[in-house]
Amino acid sequence: MSLLEVKDIGKTYGSVIALRDVSTVVNAGEVTCVLGDNGAGKSTLIKILAGVHQHDRGEFLVEGEPVKFASPREALDRGIATVYQDLAVVPLMSVWRNFFLGSEPTTKFGMLDRKKGRETTKKALSDMGIDLRDVEQPVGTLSGGERQCVAIARAVYFGAKVLILDEPTAALGVKQAGVVLKYVAQARDRGLGVVLITHNPHHAYPVADRFLLLKRGAPLGSYEKKDIDINELTRQMAGGAELEALKHELRQVEKA
Amino acid sequence: MTAAIQAQPDERVAKKGLTDRLVVRPEIGALLGAVLVFVFFSVVTGQFLSPLGVATWLDDSSTLGIMAVVVALLMVGGEFDLSAGVMTASTSLVTAILATQAGWNVWLALLASLVFALGVGAFNGWLVMKTGLPSFIVTLGSFLALQGLNLGVTRLVTNTVQVSGMRSTSGYESAGGLFASTFSIGGTEFQSSIVWWIVVTAIAAWLLVRTRFGNWIFAVGGSQVSARSVGVPVVRTKILLFMGTALGAWLVGSINILRFASVQANQGIGLEFQYIIAAVIGGCLLTGGFGSAVGAAIGALIFGMARQGIVFAQWNSDWFMLFLGVMLLAAVLVNNAFRRRAERVRR
Repeated sequence: MSLLEVKDIGKTYGSVIALRDVSTVVNAGEVTCVLGDNGAGKSTLIKILAGVHQHDRGEFLVEGEPVKFASPREALDRGIATVYQDLAVVPLMSVWRNFFLGSEPTTKFGMLDRKKGRETTKKALSDMGIDLRDVEQPVGTLSGGERQCVAIARAVYFGAKVLILDEPTAALGVKQAGVVLKYVAQARDRGLGVVLITHNPHHAYPVADRFLLLKRGAPLGSYEKKDIDINELTRQMAGGAELEALKHELRQVEKA
Repeated sequence: MTAAIQAQPDERVAKKGLTDRLVVRPEIGALLGAVLVFVFFSVVTGQFLSPLGVATWLDDSSTLGIMAVVVALLMVGGEFDLSAGVMTASTSLVTAILATQAGWNVWLALLASLVFALGVGAFNGWLVMKTGLPSFIVTLGSFLALQGLNLGVTRLVTNTVQVSGMRSTSGYESAGGLFASTFSIGGTEFQSSIVWWIVVTAIAAWLLVRTRFGNWIFAVGGSQVSARSVGVPVVRTKILLFMGTALGAWLVGSINILRFASVQANQGIGLEFQYIIAAVIGGCLLTGGFGSAVGAAIGALIFGMARQGIVFAQWNSDWFMLFLGVMLLAAVLVNNAFRRRAERVRR
């Protein structure tokens, strides 16, 4: 049984159809990649999965059971954790306070267990291969990639079954993006189902098992990795005439 | 990974010196300012350090300090409450009118004004969260509404703009014993509001850094969207914070009415900015997510020391505003420098 499954799911905001007839599955230990340009409906889809918005058509199944989440908390309680691009962490708070935010370890009387918080954070991060100097430093002092990694490690530590990543590599340099993708693969190898949202097929292809392409709120195609290669994926994303423009652009990049 | 490894401090982190650890504390600027003001007035006027002098400026700081601390919590949570000043008068008035005009026992009247205060606080919070409007504008509305209500109702009930005669009400003595008595140290009488101030500061400081709720306060002020997405109950946290400032206003209102036995309907107006100023001097960021309860208490202490110090030195009290402005600017500059440091991104 799939961890998550959506069947012909749809969402309208007033008269705007943001998403329609989208179907895909997320299995344990696999990465489902959602690709599409800006405005393709990627955000709407993950917001439904994360419990921020509710779908108004189709079916959303969590481990075979139809659901409609009222809040992100409900999605979290079902093991669906979401890491947003720029909103993953609170910059002014320390690393460990961010790590435990919303699920703080407490002693009796609701007191924060600060020692446990610091040590567990350090250990959970190093288990994911993230080596931080000091968990008391504000998260704002970390690099963009490190922040994403802290958020991923947090989701893994709190027993997420499904990890939704919203453009985790969008604002990052090549090297940083590689580091983040490594942790995505690590989360997958730990048996999590991962939903990776991106508009970069080169980031998606190495880690993904399944691709869902969206365009203008509708599915453009859905492929298993064995059925498609990276060139075809790129071509599909860019689409016919637009591809020529892209090739032209790429040639210019190569010249430079 | 074994426990032994975590117990070892990371070798890349140099053992932080005392100064390094102090610089990142939000209250450090305020503490330095307080020492400066203290030393200055101790030297300039003889009265400042006399027991009676100390009792005077501590008294002046105390009710302001109680409010500065609860307002600081709200500001760390990313919101303002402009109705906080006038609320101190509203709660006094509710207590006084019920006790003197309706003949209620003072304790019962205090309970009623507590319910009233928490209701207004909850309404403020609910409205801010429901509409998504800036709390500055929402509480400006409730500030004006309460101000009108204070004057209007008082005039309707008493035909004047003040309520007095608390001394003859039942329960005045016992309630006064709790809220507005004095205690003696070395022959000098100190107001019990000073004790309330210390107690409120201690509770707030504990709440902020040692409890889950405190973690949520920082989170909802630092980044509301992030907090919500990891499951922090943002709406509940913020409404409770607004109720907290209302609770503080009730405490101060109760202290005032039981101490002075009468209340003016236009009392408290303008004080809301003093609370915010004290909180900012104490290290609170106006943008939320950073600050300290102890800092706010020290901010209020600076306020009280400077205001009374200027009186002791027999200067014109006009100079107080100049001093306040300079102090506030200095505090904001220090805060701003810190935030940039904390939010600096290494890519």
